[in-house]
Amino acid sequence: MSLKIALFGITREIVGTSVIELPAPAPATVGALLDELRKQYPALGELRSCAVAVNNEYASNDQALHTVDAIALIPPVAGG
Amino acid sequence: MTPHLSITDQPIDVAAALAAVQTETAGAVNSFIGTVRNQSGGRPVRRLHYESYDSMALTQLGHVVAQAYEKWPMLQEVAVVHRKGTLALGDVAVVVAVATPHRAESFAACQYIIDTLKQVVTIWKREEYEDGTEWVAAHP
Repeated sequence: MSLKIALFGITREIVGTSVIELPAPAPATVGALLDELRKQYPALGELRSCAVAVNNEYASNDQALHTVDAIALIPPVAGG
Repeated sequence: MTPHLSITDQPIDVAAALAAVQTETAGAVNSFIGTVRNQSGGRPVRRLHYESYDSMALTQLGHVVAQAYEKWPMLQEVAVVHRKGTLALGDVAVVVAVATPHRAESFAACQYIIDTLKQVVTIWKREEYEDGTEWVAAHP
């Protein structure tokens, strides 16, 4: 199972692309995905925060991830 | 009472946003207009770039407005328009407009919506200076 993750703002610049595809971590949870991404891209760990969105909603670390989910990394927002 | 929510790469029509919330049942229309400032923390800003995750931004904006309707049940109409793309100094970046029967609730609901938008809506701002650029709020 693989996961597609959309990237925005500074996370897109850190990773160098707007979408990455990764093998699902074990367990396939938000927290494990964040751990894996921070391992591959240490600069993500230097951000003030980095949330994960699943299907347009903020997700908690224990939320399960599925191939069909719309997953995105959400660095600190700054609208307004 | 369906809120008028949008994210656009075109200049914001402030008068249209205000007109969208006007209704005979409301005696107060309150608005917040955010514009591009020429400096940030003392550093001159040349222009701004806003990036949006549109589908989530609109979902989260819908939640914010729903919360405002819960807090102020007398709230009549709401419009929120946020710009994305490249903005020049003085450009309008965001408009929040609300209509309520009386003025006190219009100030409170308008402030709640803009304050909460800034915390949860998935829009990012990159400031461009004379000597580089920076994603606002990205680092501690």
